[in-house]
Amino acid sequence: MDSIIQRIFDVAVIGAGPAGIAAALAAAETGASVALIDDNPAPGGQIWRGGRNASHHLEARRWLERLSKSRVTLIGGTRVFYAHSGALEAESDHSLWQLLYGKLILATGARELFLPFPGWTMPNVFGAGGLQALVKSGLPVKGKHVVIAGTGPLLLAVAAYLCERGADVLCICEQAPFARLRAFTLGMASYPGKLVETAQLRFRSRRAPYLTSAWPVAALGQDRLQAVRISDNGRLREIECEYLACGFHLVPNLELARALDCRVVDGFVGVNELQETSQPGVYCAGEPTGIGGVELSIVEGQIAGHAAAGRVSSAKRLLTTRARSRRAVKAMKKAFALRPELAALATPDTLLCRCEDVSFEAAQKHATWRAAKLHSRCGMGPCQGRVCGAAAEFLFGWTMDSSRPPIFPARCSSLAAISTPASPAQGHGGSQ
Amino acid sequence: MTRAADVLIVGAGIVGAACALELAKAGVRVTILEERFVSAGATGASMGHIVVMDDSEAQFSLTRYSQVLWEELHEELPPDVEYERCGTIWIAADEEEMAEVRRKCSYYADRGVPAEILDPRSLHDAEPHLRVPLAGGLFVAGDSVIYPPAAASFLLQRAVELGATLHLGKAVVSLGKGNAGLADGTTLSAGRLINAAGQFAPKLTCGIQIKPRKGHLVITDRYPGTVRHQLVELGYLKSAHSLTSDSVAFNIQPRKTGQLLIGSSRQYNAEHDEVDSAILSRMLERAFEYLPAVASFAGIRIWTGFRPATPDKLPLIGPWLDDPTLYIASGHEGLGITTSLATGKLICAQILGQSPAIPAEPYLPSRQTVSETNVEAHV
Repeated sequence: MDSIIQRIFDVAVIGAGPAGIAAALAAAETGASVALIDDNPAPGGQIWRGGRNASHHLEARRWLERLSKSRVTLIGGTRVFYAHSGALEAESDHSLWQLLYGKLILATGARELFLPFPGWTMPNVFGAGGLQALVKSGLPVKGKHVVIAGTGPLLLAVAAYLCERGADVLCICEQAPFARLRAFTLGMASYPGKLVETAQLRFRSRRAPYLTSAWPVAALGQDRLQAVRISDNGRLREIECEYLACGFHLVPNLELARALDCRVVDGFVGVNELQETSQPGVYCAGEPTGIGGVELSIVEGQIAGHAAAGRVSSAKRLLTTRARSRRAVKAMKKAFALRPELAALATPDTLLCRCEDVSFEAAQKHATWRAAKLHSRCGMGPCQGRVCGAAAEFLFGWTMDSSRPPIFPARCSSLAAISTPASPAQGHGGSQ
Repeated sequence: MTRAADVLIVGAGIVGAACALELAKAGVRVTILEERFVSAGATGASMGHIVVMDDSEAQFSLTRYSQVLWEELHEELPPDVEYERCGTIWIAADEEEMAEVRRKCSYYADRGVPAEILDPRSLHDAEPHLRVPLAGGLFVAGDSVIYPPAAASFLLQRAVELGATLHLGKAVVSLGKGNAGLADGTTLSAGRLINAAGQFAPKLTCGIQIKPRKGHLVITDRYPGTVRHQLVELGYLKSAHSLTSDSVAFNIQPRKTGQLLIGSSRQYNAEHDEVDSAILSRMLERAFEYLPAVASFAGIRIWTGFRPATPDKLPLIGPWLDDPTLYIASGHEGLGITTSLATGKLICAQILGQSPAIPAEPYLPSRQTVSETNVEAHV
């Protein structure tokens, strides 16, 4: 039997990435008791992965340093698998946590969008962020031939990182057309900081050719990747490589927000001026409210943290900064919108759901995500549709229904210990 | 008004699907109307255990007839139906339940159903992960397991190949006198109508006594080989279940994927589909009592569903009172997957005026009006 740990906090923050760290620190400034919960052992989220001991740029180090000196209770290596109003159930290796909270801040971040194309499930085909994380945790890439493909500034960041670790990045395939990127770059003149940042990334990855209107069509190889076939300005060609890193945008992690019945608008959690969701006392910051990167996540986190701790004036002082950051994100979103050709890469037998081995064809014949799940088992495996669900949204225009509990797989003993909340339970969706 | 078909079926769950196929095989022009999608109701939420039951003589003959029909059909079932003749082991925890094992065994033997009594040792050999000690069990080899949504789709596809028409996303708001009124304002007419709407059947046919009985299920990650048979506690018969109060029973099913499906719970007057953590907890604790290893297994999904339950635990199959066009095929409670095929046979025989393979009387909907005074506990 696992030990059961029960704790009460004024503010619980889920997710220890930039938004969650900023939120927790802002909330703790008032003296409120704050818990910061993350499934990774160390804080930092995907982007500042590895915590204080990892090599990060100055800003990351500054935030992680502040966190370590703060009174915030960090609960690492712990996954929230069930949420009620006022209580969370979370699981670590040997413990079950029952956390009662006054206010809740969801900073659950985002995951990579995977688009299925022939061969995408082959060994050595990775998500761009995924490959970067593997390299951070020790995968050697020195001298390896790598192709990076997808869209957005993330590709440059990953390319810069891999180049500096000795990888031979053969090319960066950006799906957006050159004209759109040029317009975007000109428009960024009013955000010199962003422009400089992008230029630096490009400089650090300068040895890798940067192609526009280029995207992967197929990953080729027998039992592991040997080459990638790309469409480069309308021409098909093959590039031999050992790793392919694909980054087609991020999709927000909405499972917790949905479990708490927070209103979701156009795929993102709807929040008011103070980052509060449709559920009173439940705030949301960072990628789940709109994919916006580190800068926006931090300011949203700070606003949510101050607001949750009852310091509305401190929160409101940050609104202009947030507005500015949001404008930059909007321009970026337009520039890197995914082209429709990317929805047509899969062949009928390309896998869509790798947990349950469901092909594109088997899922496609259904009218809704719910029907596809029930009849093809698409999205019914351990990842609960986290990968194929987002892809299906893009490919078929389906909308995800509320996800079923638990939010993450949890030991049956933990599921049996889910507490009965004093107030009426928040709706975890049932069979509908 | 358009003449849609000879027979119009409302509901594309497994019962509607089985009726459609049986009628289509007989050359009847069938149209199926479904408000949501195939298996959207109890079929899609269910466990998929094909099991012979002996709660009553009528329940036995319907489940046994159906089990044989599934066995006859199984070679034609596509792989995604995941038919597995794993058998059921009814587990006896104590001597009282062992007495029930012996009674059940001779009941089955008298009626030609192969069943074998397991002593504690052979029970342990059959299912090494079960707790020790247990008094024994009854192994019923002919029971099996299927994935119900795939089975319903298969039956419907067969029916469509034989000329049936399936309309999804068509909500029926009125049904009777040869007409089905749709939510979009149109009316379809047919010689015969079948209400196979499961828990929603009373909405279309006033006076039917079917109430939703909520259940919970948990599915685990893959642990191949842990459980080999469908395992059900015999206490199930004591608890499974009272007509008025909430109950749980140990009932676990191995899926072909190596996943385990853990049940079961029964609740009346639970209108919402949310997970009820109190009964979920009782249900899982019951499972741990019998199969301790499950406590450390990863549960990947919990869901709920509603069984269409009648007061006397028998389905409603047959013509409806004074409307000669209307037939009911609903109210199968937790046995709809098993009894769907027999229901299709009975309905088809009734509509075509043939004599059915088993007596149809126990399931006639008219019994509800006769015994109306006895059902107060149900309300």
